[in-house]
Amino acid sequence: MPPVFGVLFDGVAYGMLLFLLSVGLSVTLGMMNFVNLAHCSFAMLGGYVTVTLMSVFGWPFFATLPAAFAAAAAASVVLERILFRRFYHANELEQCLLTIGIVFVSIAAAAYFFGTTDQPVQLPAYLHTSINFAGLNLSVYRMFLTGVAVLITLMLVATIENTRFGAQVRAAVNNQRMARGLGINVDRLFAITFALGSGLAGLGGALAIDLVGLDPSFALTYLIYVLIVVSVGGLGSIAGSFAAAMLLGVSDVAGKYYVPATGSFLIYLVMIVLLMLRPAGIFGRR
Amino acid sequence: MTSETIASPISPIQYLNAQFRWRWSEIAFWLATLLPPLLTPNYLGLASQIAITGLFALSLDLILGFSGIVSLGHAAYFGIGAYTAGLLSKWGWGEPLTGLLIAAIAAGLFGYLTSFIIARFRHLALIMITLGLGLVLQAAANSASSITGGFDGLQGVHTWPIFGRIHFDLWGYTAYGYALAGLFLIFLISRRLIHSPFGLALRGIRENGQRMPAIGAPTRRHIRTVYTIAAIIAGIAGAMLTQTTETVSLEVLGFQRSADVLVMLILGGTGRLYGGLVGAAVYMIARDQFSGLNPQYWYFWIGLLLIAVVTFLPNGILGGLSLFARRLKAWS
Amino acid sequence: MSETALATRGLYKSFGSLVVAADIEIDLPAGGRYALIGPNGAGKTTLINLMTGMLRPDSGRILLGDTDITALEPDERVRRGLVRTFQINSLFPHLTALESVTLAVCERRRVAETWWRKLTAYRDEIDEAYDILAALTLGPVCHRPTRELAYGQQRLLEIALALAAKPKVLLLDEPAAGVPRDESKDLFAAIAGLSRDITVLFIEHDMDLVFRFASRVIVMVSGRILVEGTPQQIAADPQVRAVYLGKTRPGSREGTAA
Repeated sequence: MPPVFGVLFDGVAYGMLLFLLSVGLSVTLGMMNFVNLAHCSFAMLGGYVTVTLMSVFGWPFFATLPAAFAAAAAASVVLERILFRRFYHANELEQCLLTIGIVFVSIAAAAYFFGTTDQPVQLPAYLHTSINFAGLNLSVYRMFLTGVAVLITLMLVATIENTRFGAQVRAAVNNQRMARGLGINVDRLFAITFALGSGLAGLGGALAIDLVGLDPSFALTYLIYVLIVVSVGGLGSIAGSFAAAMLLGVSDVAGKYYVPATGSFLIYLVMIVLLMLRPAGIFGRR
Repeated sequence: MTSETIASPISPIQYLNAQFRWRWSEIAFWLATLLPPLLTPNYLGLASQIAITGLFALSLDLILGFSGIVSLGHAAYFGIGAYTAGLLSKWGWGEPLTGLLIAAIAAGLFGYLTSFIIARFRHLALIMITLGLGLVLQAAANSASSITGGFDGLQGVHTWPIFGRIHFDLWGYTAYGYALAGLFLIFLISRRLIHSPFGLALRGIRENGQRMPAIGAPTRRHIRTVYTIAAIIAGIAGAMLTQTTETVSLEVLGFQRSADVLVMLILGGTGRLYGGLVGAAVYMIARDQFSGLNPQYWYFWIGLLLIAVVTFLPNGILGGLSLFARRLKAWS
Repeated sequence: MSETALATRGLYKSFGSLVVAADIEIDLPAGGRYALIGPNGAGKTTLINLMTGMLRPDSGRILLGDTDITALEPDERVRRGLVRTFQINSLFPHLTALESVTLAVCERRRVAETWWRKLTAYRDEIDEAYDILAALTLGPVCHRPTRELAYGQQRLLEIALALAAKPKVLLLDEPAAGVPRDESKDLFAAIAGLSRDITVLFIEHDMDLVFRFASRVIVMVSGRILVEGTPQQIAADPQVRAVYLGKTRPGSREGTAA
């Protein structure tokens, strides 16, 4: 098979990771218009939880994944309660600055506790192999990652479409005032959604270690990618995040493979063009 | 600046003129800028940097504080100005004033072209586009390392004496005078802009962008104008940095620089013209004092500071001071 | 002979399957006072948005005097004399009343982009702004920031902003909305005092205003014009009564105004 399929495979896997990292932010932004730039700090937290559990406590890799999710979700609940709540009605700039402040603090804390170098993680041996398929070397880890992401996507879609909770989330994203008027406890809904979204980010952070590495700058580096996915995909749209994450993942991998000199240049251009064509995002409203 | 009802003998024109008068605190501020060469001659290098960064922050204030345009990529114009001056010098023309002029034109041109994109968007899309434009330029400059010198920066930048007479001395007196003069002149121009009908229009855009077309305002054209002016000023600041330090490297147009100047402006207080200057001074003096510290710790404290400022002092230091002054007045 | 100040031809707009305006044909002779009424959701504000350019029609034309303005941007329509006010105040919270109106005057006079001259050099503009405010009883509070004004005063400022643009056609979107009874006297006086050079179309639910000021009433329901006529004709029309006025008897409101 021509290498383009290998590129596609890697791009899709990367896109899946970006989706996991971004979907929480997209929904909470769409629901409450709260710009949480500290979203990737939760992802980073998940990553470091996994590293610590494995290297200090000897946990197996798979067991750390739910722990990463839970830790990130718990941290987000605490932060939301004591700090974020006060800023739901502040303007965008203040929310940006507040959450950037949290990012800086989290980066410094990570550097203090873990140092600034890349964290290694010992995956089970079978995850570290690749399968040879039609002339392409397909990494098993990437398949695993894709599988997990697809599973989660299906669960998300099922929840959103088929449960009462999901219907309430959709209503609140669509028209917050109306949803309140219908008796939906939007604040509680938001707290739950925020925790879930942050938890997913934490899971994404744990899964990302083997793919892209983990160091304290993760919170900022991947924030940019996540913001691109969210703004291009459209706020509050799971489908939009998915589409944008795929687009971005494939573009980035393809760009680095075919035109390595330009590096990330291509995705920034793609983002600008897409935003100019559809400023509310591919699936956004307004 | 109180706004009480005036059932008044003062005409509207007189009242407005009173708003525009120079305050004693402003005069004191500018007199204070003459002190560093006298009191702290060892810190003139830092003082020049503060003046230049303050000018950069001032340009951001025009678009952010006064017009409400949130930009995460303003360093693009600073960097273009810096590199223009650097390349001019490297290619043999080191005259500072014409260098400033050409850098201003280059940055202004790029600002004018991008303003057509900027003026069409708001909210998150606008923030992301400004971020994207800055990152694109940074990536492009990185790729073109044969021209830009990559991370090592340009070599061979040498600034000629001003007017052929005033050499840039090792102590930094000339540099400081040069930066301060530039800052003051552009400050005067900006002050006039703010007090002009255009300044009023910009505040209108910031206060209620939707209403502006309904009173017949060509909003996009206004935004393009102020954005171009801000780009020119940022370019001049960048060029001055190159000329006074005789180096320029990729960080001048990086995201870090865009983020830092935003933090400085917020720290000082937006929409007050002096906010960027005060913020730059506080931030850079603090950074200098703590430069012995591990950079990680620096970011810890800056993060904490940001959280504190947004929570307790949303209008920055100047906002807090003016609130304090009003409280004092209410007691007396 | 009165010419037509504002006209629409076959205006149509839909959002997917939701039709918000269909077959809108309107002719407003110059100098008149017209009321646009209809139940909530009838599409009245949508029509104003279409006329002013905030919304683009799917088809149809809008004519201001002789000029087809369908393709013009909102601010260009304002400069040609088509001005509106908003149902919910859309003002400049931190600008004073005087600053707000002065801004509108400067924009009209095309001097708003002169960044090299002080605002106070523009005496004529500031005086004109002050006069507009004074005529609307806002003179004494002209230096107060907008957000410190009483709601009724803010409604008056809405009108002041519109007048600063020297409109030929003025579209008032529920000018009395939310104004308490004791503050509405000044508002009514302001509307009554509008020059006969200006053609006025206002959306209102307050039947007092409609019967007092309108010479013709247009009734809209579900995006279409149901019927047009004098206030008395409309009040007597059984269709209108069924759809909008309910079962109250016509004419029973005279003499009960504030």
